[in-house]
Amino acid sequence: MSAVIERGAQGARPLAGARTLFYKEVLRFWKVAFQTVAAPVLTAVLYLLIFGHVLEDHVKVYGSIAYTSFLIPGLVMMSVLQNSFANTSSSLIQSKITGNLVFLLVTPLSPLAWYVAYVGASMVRGLAVGLGVLVATLWFGSPGFAQPGWILAFALMGSALMGSLGLIAGLWAEKFDQMAMFQNFIVMPMTFLAGVFYSVHSLPSFWQGVSQLNPFFYMVDGFRHGFFGVSDVSPWLSLGVVGISFVVVAGMTLRLLQTGYKLRH
Amino acid sequence: MPAVSFQGVAKTYSGARGTLRALDGVSFDIERGEFFGLLGPNGAGKTTLISILAGLARATEGRVSVMGHDVIEHYADARRALGIVPQELVFDPFFSVRETLRIQSGYFGVKNNDDWIDELLSGLGLADKAQANMRQLSGGMKRRVLVAQALVHRPPVIVLDEPTAGVDVELRQTLWQFIANLNKQGHTVLLTTHYLEEAEALCGRIAMLKQGRIVALDRTANLLAATAGSVLRFKTDDALPADLAAQARVTGRIAQVAAHDAAGVEQVLARLRAADVKVEDLEIGRADLEDVFLSIMQGNHTVAEEAA
Repeated sequence: MSAVIERGAQGARPLAGARTLFYKEVLRFWKVAFQTVAAPVLTAVLYLLIFGHVLEDHVKVYGSIAYTSFLIPGLVMMSVLQNSFANTSSSLIQSKITGNLVFLLVTPLSPLAWYVAYVGASMVRGLAVGLGVLVATLWFGSPGFAQPGWILAFALMGSALMGSLGLIAGLWAEKFDQMAMFQNFIVMPMTFLAGVFYSVHSLPSFWQGVSQLNPFFYMVDGFRHGFFGVSDVSPWLSLGVVGISFVVVAGMTLRLLQTGYKLRH
Repeated sequence: MPAVSFQGVAKTYSGARGTLRALDGVSFDIERGEFFGLLGPNGAGKTTLISILAGLARATEGRVSVMGHDVIEHYADARRALGIVPQELVFDPFFSVRETLRIQSGYFGVKNNDDWIDELLSGLGLADKAQANMRQLSGGMKRRVLVAQALVHRPPVIVLDEPTAGVDVELRQTLWQFIANLNKQGHTVLLTTHYLEEAEALCGRIAMLKQGRIVALDRTANLLAATAGSVLRFKTDDALPADLAAQARVTGRIAQVAAHDAAGVEQVLARLRAADVKVEDLEIGRADLEDVFLSIMQGNHTVAEEAA
């Protein structure tokens, strides 16, 4: 049997219904914002307090930047990435397990509409948490906003990339523990090892090389460049890596939605 | 153009334990405005067939269309024409009843739908629950919301997959009144149910599925006329003799045996007397859909398929 593909555009409006799904997805996390926005902001602030306090007097990064200031953009980006991922993945797995995904499956929404709505809402959550972390941590030291264009570009692309990855994880996982595995063994280590807490220049050269194979590193490094105007690698290289990663992951996600992977049996 | 058309629909599930042929060449049409019943025992393929119709599953072979729109090639048009009440009692715990219905309208691109939503709420006895969170509703109330959700976009074809399973009498009455009304207004209704008296009362035509095949398809009246004829019903506390027990339908103390004419009745009575079975409340009645159903499912009867 040949694969059945749902083509994107049916009728004149391929994005019809996407706005409602986007709204629903935003409403879903906003109704429990204490848990989905406030809690991750608190976690990031705790990281800053503890690591900042312990290391402030010992570490200067890029010659002159105080460690606490250096840490802020990394924590912001880590929060953006983890929460964008969490939004799509948790929404989808919950709908699958409770069975209410059927309400969406019987609608005329195109695969593109699904994608835009789910990923759009995950970006809102990621950016909301990121902004919360930024505002909360500004008390402890301003990182400066040297080149805001880079800040915006990496925040948007990073959250879109992780929202897409969360969609893939949500489609793939059939149980909550499979989702936890994805989160604890892939997303968490890769974000922690992306140079959130250190400049990779401080690592032995072997581990510098390993870090540079981690696409999350480029998201954090490029984002940080926007604050300090300096970074471990050129922001253009980071932009290239993150951009290509996004295109690949977005393409895969759309393909899975079109074929109804684990959705339409 | 029929409201729903199944043509040679087959569905094979492949798993670690081999392959399962859930549907095996199912073909029939449902005309516009019909109240159509789809009956069959558990595992016969009813829900699989409805899932394919709704786009929740894909046929391995064959074609399905709704109001002339192929469910794969023109899925958006097909789904707009279809309202599905799923069998499982599912809901989204984040939202209130009204939010749920507004969101469902939005998925179908229907804006400013509050007038119709209010009509659905009052028609289904949900008006005072509009602001309640879905979690707070009883099972019966959740079921009503499922029906409302299926109807928010005013689909011409309505599919109810065992809508009254585990539902109290009051809701059943409300629900059937509401659905019968929609049918009168011209909506096509496809119903699967385990309650055969419901199918008998409501459905103009009935298809029976067994092991993935259609084994009967006719007007309800014809099915009733063609199959069993009369039955002998009685109450007893004694065990029936083996030959009668094999063909009897027993519900608690009530036993029912097919008896097509006076000679048949005499025969049954003679067997009962010979076996010394004491009977009460003896009556001769007309066979109902359950008799037809049982006789078809046991395979000792075939009803010619009506040309689709």
